[in-house]
Amino acid sequence: MEFIKNFPFITIVLSLFCSVICYAFKDKKARFVTYFLLIISSCMSFSVIMYNLFSETGYFAYRMGHYDAPIGNEISAGLLEPFFALLFEIVIFLSITGGYKRLQKDVEESKQRFFYIMINLTHAALMSLCYTNDIYTAYVFIEICTIASCALLMSSKRTRSLVAATRYTIFSLIGSSLVLIGIVLLYSVTGHLLFPNIFETIQALWATGEYTNPLTIALGLIISGLAIKSGMFPFHWWMPDTYGTATPCASGILSGVVSKGYIFLLLKMIYRVIGPQIFLESGINNILLVFGVCGMIVGSVSAIRTSNITFMTAYSSAAQIGYIYMGIGLGTKEALLAALFQIVAHSLTKPMLFLAAGGLSDTVGGKQDFDSLRSSAHYNKPSGIAFAAGALSMVGIPIFAGFVPKMLFSISAFGHGFKTYIVLLALAISTILNVIYFLRTLVNIYSPAIVDIPREKIHFSKIKVFTVVVIVMAIVNLTVGLHSQPIISLFEKGIEIFINIR
Amino acid sequence: MNFLINYEEVTSMILFAIGFTMLVFSKNIMKKILGLNIMDTGVYLFLASMGYIEDKLTPIVPPTGEVNALDYINPIPAGLVLTGIVVSVSFSALMLALTVRLYKKYRTLNLDEIYEKCSKEDEEE
Repeated sequence: MEFIKNFPFITIVLSLFCSVICYAFKDKKARFVTYFLLIISSCMSFSVIMYNLFSETGYFAYRMGHYDAPIGNEISAGLLEPFFALLFEIVIFLSITGGYKRLQKDVEESKQRFFYIMINLTHAALMSLCYTNDIYTAYVFIEICTIASCALLMSSKRTRSLVAATRYTIFSLIGSSLVLIGIVLLYSVTGHLLFPNIFETIQALWATGEYTNPLTIALGLIISGLAIKSGMFPFHWWMPDTYGTATPCASGILSGVVSKGYIFLLLKMIYRVIGPQIFLESGINNILLVFGVCGMIVGSVSAIRTSNITFMTAYSSAAQIGYIYMGIGLGTKEALLAALFQIVAHSLTKPMLFLAAGGLSDTVGGKQDFDSLRSSAHYNKPSGIAFAAGALSMVGIPIFAGFVPKMLFSISAFGHGFKTYIVLLALAISTILNVIYFLRTLVNIYSPAIVDIPREKIHFSKIKVFTVVVIVMAIVNLTVGLHSQPIISLFEKGIEIFINIR
Repeated sequence: MNFLINYEEVTSMILFAIGFTMLVFSKNIMKKILGLNIMDTGVYLFLASMGYIEDKLTPIVPPTGEVNALDYINPIPAGLVLTGIVVSVSFSALMLALTVRLYKKYRTLNLDEIYEKCSKEDEEE
């Protein structure tokens, strides 16, 4: 059973290897290589969860190369790391399977294999962000993830997506530069690169009161860098263009997985590098709380103002990411649990919404404005149903996955003084705003048409795979919503390991 | 006087600030790419200066094999700088590829003009 400890490393190396060999294949074979990789790595991630669930400590660190810590490099896995690795793999798999027909239209034939190369690279980078125990490795894979996601955006035929990719790249560069300078500052103060060693040194330094300012600045830089990259308010303005112009498969992967990868790394930085106590004492959590709450409201208001279905879905991502930052800002274990569940709910729902929005716009010749999209759900029934399921989940209707984090956030908000009122009020306002824009869209796509444009009835036989995928996504969403307790128990156990064992 | 002692750090921070300002505020894509490189160079200088210890040797093991770690400078930051350079080169290449495609389409390097032309195109569609 000790062999299972090799799985995180094998997952990362296998993804890098597959991205290289995809270059030698044509698009169909490259797609199958990607499927194969994702299935194998999902099995490995699942094995790691099971191994840790039944092992004594629930955690292991894996030495990379010939030298032990603190000289050598390390990867580590508790319960949260393989769980999120598995989640990301499932979401990428479903996004590709559901979106490949549209991908063949959106991406030039000669460039389709590059698309799969970039997906494999993104996968490798995300796995590394989940498992790494080394701060500089984390930086390198942040950059690999950014380059691969920019390439995913650039692959689309639309020129608008090039402009969006430029904007995304610039924002990402600003973010990663801040992360880099933060990491360098941390290294200069602590002299270490591995998470456990940095943690120990920081605790000792903080207790003596030395280097408090450089440490706070380093923490601030790292958090703001990762916040820009994951799209926290007020840095969310790149989102609509980025998600709105890419092919639905890429939008699903970028919003559902890539931004969550950065957030997961941010959580690792806060809880495994800096330590929760210092994070709370530095006061940065309050800033995250305020920006999270503002993101929830501003994202939703922007979503109401837009008349484009994919832009609306993208702005809704900004609002949903606001929830996650609000949870991180509260700083308690209960709020962290809610934030983690929000990551799960959003990752499962958003790709479904993007795929469905793509399917609906196909019925009206690629138009995305609400007037043109009226009655489109009757022309593409699976997309209509998937959009309805996704919208209800995002609004927070019970039995769907989106309800659980809202409930957990409300529970975790109590006992924080005036913050309780802010969080509860923000939750209430944001839910009402969510209802306004999601239900408005839902009513719109099922209402009779008012604009006379050519419409194409998408027959079921043409979109068999897409239908199966969106139905699977909806069922997974419902299952997570109805049976949330096993995941919550896993998270509770995982959080204890995540915070306490190094 | 601290500024004089830590002149490497001060220089690197000035470079970082110049680069960051160029990356954020310049409208020209080429200047943005230059800004990115200047900014990264600032960080690498900062990193390399931390590993440097005056009057110490380059960390290469002599043929005799006798090693005393105290005689050498810290080699880790140099390794990190090398990795960082690879990253920034890749990013520059990606940005330059994007710039070429944008220039071919819009015949300008000004981002504002590109946004404007792109929005017009969308409206016409």
